Amino acid sequence: MKGDPLDRRRLLTRFASGTALLLSGCDRLSNTTWFPRLLDRATTVNQTLQCALVGQALAPEFPASDISRHFKSNGTHDPQDPEYQALARNGFADWRLEVTGLVEKPMRLSLAQIRALPARTQITRHDCVEGWSCIGKWTGAHLGALLDQVRPRPAARYVMFFCADPMQQTLAGVVKYYESIDLAEAYHPQTILAYEMNDAPLQIPYGAPLRLRVERQLGYKMAKYLMRIELVESFAHIGGRHGGYWEDQGYEWYAGI
Amino acid sequence: MPPLPNRNIARAGGPKRPAASPRESGTGPVRQWIYRHSLTVRICHWVNVVCMTVLLMSGLQIFNAHPALYWGNKSDFAAPWMELGAEQSGGRLIGVTMIFGHSFDTTGVLGASIGPDGQMEARGFPTWAILPSEQWLAMGRLWHFFFAWIFVINGVLYLLYGLVRGHIRRGLVPSLAALRRIGRTAWDHLRLRFPEGEEAKRYNVLQQIIYLVVVFVLVPVLILAGLAMSPRLDAGFPWLPAAFGGRQSARTVHFLCAFSLLGFVVVHLIMVLVSGVWNNLRSMVTGWYAIANAEDGHER
Repeated sequence: MKGDPLDRRRLLTRFASGTALLLSGCDRLSNTTWFPRLLDRATTVNQTLQCALVGQALAPEFPASDISRHFKSNGTHDPQDPEYQALARNGFADWRLEVTGLVEKPMRLSLAQIRALPARTQITRHDCVEGWSCIGKWTGAHLGALLDQVRPRPAARYVMFFCADPMQQTLAGVVKYYESIDLAEAYHPQTILAYEMNDAPLQIPYGAPLRLRVERQLGYKMAKYLMRIELVESFAHIGGRHGGYWEDQGYEWYAGI
Repeated sequence: MPPLPNRNIARAGGPKRPAASPRESGTGPVRQWIYRHSLTVRICHWVNVVCMTVLLMSGLQIFNAHPALYWGNKSDFAAPWMELGAEQSGGRLIGVTMIFGHSFDTTGVLGASIGPDGQMEARGFPTWAILPSEQWLAMGRLWHFFFAWIFVINGVLYLLYGLVRGHIRRGLVPSLAALRRIGRTAWDHLRLRFPEGEEAKRYNVLQQIIYLVVVFVLVPVLILAGLAMSPRLDAGFPWLPAAFGGRQSARTVHFLCAFSLLGFVVVHLIMVLVSGVWNNLRSMVTGWYAIANAEDGHER
């Protein structure tokens, strides 16, 4: 049986206009509030399943020969912030990391004090949400060791990281980068506050003087230019309430995929 | 010869077959109705159509965030094996597709294409191929990961149904006799000569092999390569990215599998068009497929 050529042409035309209709329909769905929320259910499933399957297993580590010759610096390369620039000019001698929020003992630490904490060196793969990967060697203090010193209160659930790099200008003022992880992730052995990259002090494009490494999640979780750490119970009072700068732009808080 | 699949020749008590059309009741070729696709297979098929469309287009959206592919664990930005780039040439933006060091001008489609405001912009795949139809990585990821679950659940249901009901064994596993005739079947296909009568009631050997490869090789490899890109899963299952030769290799394999699947769909659609579009569509909607020259056997 052969199809009528007229029918075929009509079908193709319908197929083409159908595709256009489909696309504009999908775009309309993307701009509702309910549909992305429905899609985001899959993120919850992924997070629950992946955390149950993987537990506290370590991210793969690599030999020194695998280190990327050119490690891409993404996002901010040099924070255009007067306070940060002044700290950088002085070699970060006056820089202090504030640790506040739901802790028994708030602290202000110098770089020397952070270097004195139990440390770890790891050669890991950095995966960007954009799709590329680079391998680098990181040395830093265990975040867990720092938390042990400030002693989180029972209500504390998340660790917020507030950074020096301005991201956008809003009516309320300059929005600087912020991120968060939960306490389980904070106590993971590979979660470190890195001050060295490839055996040298951390350079400005990579987050000097201190950046977070969370090796089992995507790059945007690993806040650079750390200024303040705050332990919180929820994100209700922070930015767009999703727990991070990119999260407030629609990216998933759980970035294990 | 194995028993024929889907051989529910219309009879009383079975699913309702379409009303007789004037063509079949008069003189002319004898037509026989067979109930070709069960309701489960039909539902799985159309859910698959939606999933594969959304997954391909949202996948291209995600790819566009960094339109280059590499081998190994890491990205050597100076040496991707494939890249959809854009560059200024004579005061205008041109799209350049590079594959294995060879560059092609693909302005308008790949590398650079017209954006929503009518201007030429650097963009891997064009707006009509990506979902959402503008650069919006976060939303593309939400679509992709949601429909990936629907695709997997649908696929598992199809496989379970196919295994339990024997649909896969009887319908997709080719017989030795059919394998011996594979050259002949391929030649007939190239000349667009399709089986009629008794032979049209089951999948031919080419269809069987391709469906088997798609269901048991291409799609599983595609899914595994997708999973291998997850940094969290890589921590729990380091052999997964290693099996592909690294995370960037897995990204490459995921991309190649997706386009192989697209190639399969294109051939599938061409075959649907040339072998009787309404008959094929009807059978995938209602289940009923008409066979011409049923009494005459292979004569054409």
